[in-house]
Amino acid sequence: MDQLSTLWDTFFNWQSMRQALPDMLKTGLPNTLILSAISALIGTVLGMLLAMAGISRHRWLRWPARVYTDIFRGLPAVVTILLIGVGLSQIGMKMWGPNPYPLGILALSLIATAYIGEIFRSGIQSVDPGQFEGARALGFSHSAALLLVIIPQGIRRVLPAWVNQLIALIKDSSLVYFLGLAAGQRELFRIGQDAAANTGNESALLLAGLVYLVLTVPLTHFVNYVDHRLRQGRRTRTGPPDADETLLTAGETPLPVTSEGLK
Amino acid sequence: MTEEQQETFSSVSLATRDIHLAFGTNRVLRGVDLDVGKGETACVIGPSGSGKSTFLRTINRLIEPDKGDVLLDGVSVLDRDPDRLRQQIGMVFQQFNLFPHMNVLRNLMLPLRRIRKLSADEAEQVARHQLELVGLADKAGSRPGHLSGGQQQRVAIARALAMRPEVMLFDEATSALDPELVKGVLSLMADLSRQGMTMVVVTHEMGFAREASDVVVFLDQGVAVETGPPEKIFDSPDSPRLRQFLSDVL
Repeated sequence: MDQLSTLWDTFFNWQSMRQALPDMLKTGLPNTLILSAISALIGTVLGMLLAMAGISRHRWLRWPARVYTDIFRGLPAVVTILLIGVGLSQIGMKMWGPNPYPLGILALSLIATAYIGEIFRSGIQSVDPGQFEGARALGFSHSAALLLVIIPQGIRRVLPAWVNQLIALIKDSSLVYFLGLAAGQRELFRIGQDAAANTGNESALLLAGLVYLVLTVPLTHFVNYVDHRLRQGRRTRTGPPDADETLLTAGETPLPVTSEGLK
Repeated sequence: MTEEQQETFSSVSLATRDIHLAFGTNRVLRGVDLDVGKGETACVIGPSGSGKSTFLRTINRLIEPDKGDVLLDGVSVLDRDPDRLRQQIGMVFQQFNLFPHMNVLRNLMLPLRRIRKLSADEAEQVARHQLELVGLADKAGSRPGHLSGGQQQRVAIARALAMRPEVMLFDEATSALDPELVKGVLSLMADLSRQGMTMVVVTHEMGFAREASDVVVFLDQGVAVETGPPEKIFDSPDSPRLRQFLSDVL
């Protein structure tokens, strides 16, 4: 009985949760959101460019894109964060002063770029080659066909995977604590961890975990919603489809092209 | 064009001269000549793998021929900007290749706005008019995936026609359709042919080739084995290969 209540107290000590809560919401939450939102933005923009380079007709664009992806996807996040955050700290000091955030964001963005680039590339390459041919036959240039026809379809298909990557980014943002954070720079994990160390029980860390879940679980469900919607296709105003229904809606696997000219 | 609405086309004549193309060691086209007069319809028939679809793609340079020439009104197109050339030549595919992420109206409007540089209002007007001509004005707001194959192909034809092409290419336009949907698309193509569009039609529909074409080309192993008016090709073929092919498909 005594052991059980000790165990309970280790995780659910309301007192230490209540003590940690203000810091958690006023400091930890904004910092986590700043880290992950900015990295997500940069990672998405750079990831798009990386994907374009990855499918380029030019080997000198494809090849570096491949190497970049292999490196940043292959390294543990914490290694990248330390290599960049510590390795470039002198430059960072000159540019931003004693603030580990810019380098932390840089590291997180570079990691996100690699993953998001792969997501976008696979999406773009999954689009039926007939779409490209159809666009070119209308008179669109190579780049206009990609930009107006292929990429919008490719991105749509991988939106769920992209949101998954944002979730991973929120979680990975906790790793910047390795770079050393001043009190006001601490994000959710670090605040929970500090409070847990001070009070000798894990309740504050559990609270941090709960705040992460509040951020990530809705995103997970948002992914499922988007995924479902893409599979079903948007409802149209024109009522039920007639005749054959074997045709594409966004998100479905394309029909194979069988034209003999495209071997 | 069910209600006999007449469109006037500014068609041109089309000729290919000695088109050669190889994919690696696979010599797909070995000197194909074709002459289609202004407003005429040519049908290209032949067994699968004979190079029909590839030949069609060399006409609008979706595939660049290794050798040979393509002439529109007697002028070579090979030294012109291929993107500009393709605006002049409409193409319809077996798999329609409509853009599934935008509705029918936007499928037509996108190239009108981006390539013909029409304003939004003008583009919409042209698009709706063109949809009316193929009898699908009421489907403007639908996604292609919600239409039948036959309707999708008619939208694809409308999209190509909205660009005011001078030549139309059809690549097995009815091969992916359920049998009961073939007729509607073929009759639309026959209408275009009658109204003076210059057309090159790759098809397995021998009935259409016989009825609608001015000239039929039998392509086999990358060579135009026999060329002539439909009566000649279907009723008194000269070459044994064509006779064999016709006895296989008819």
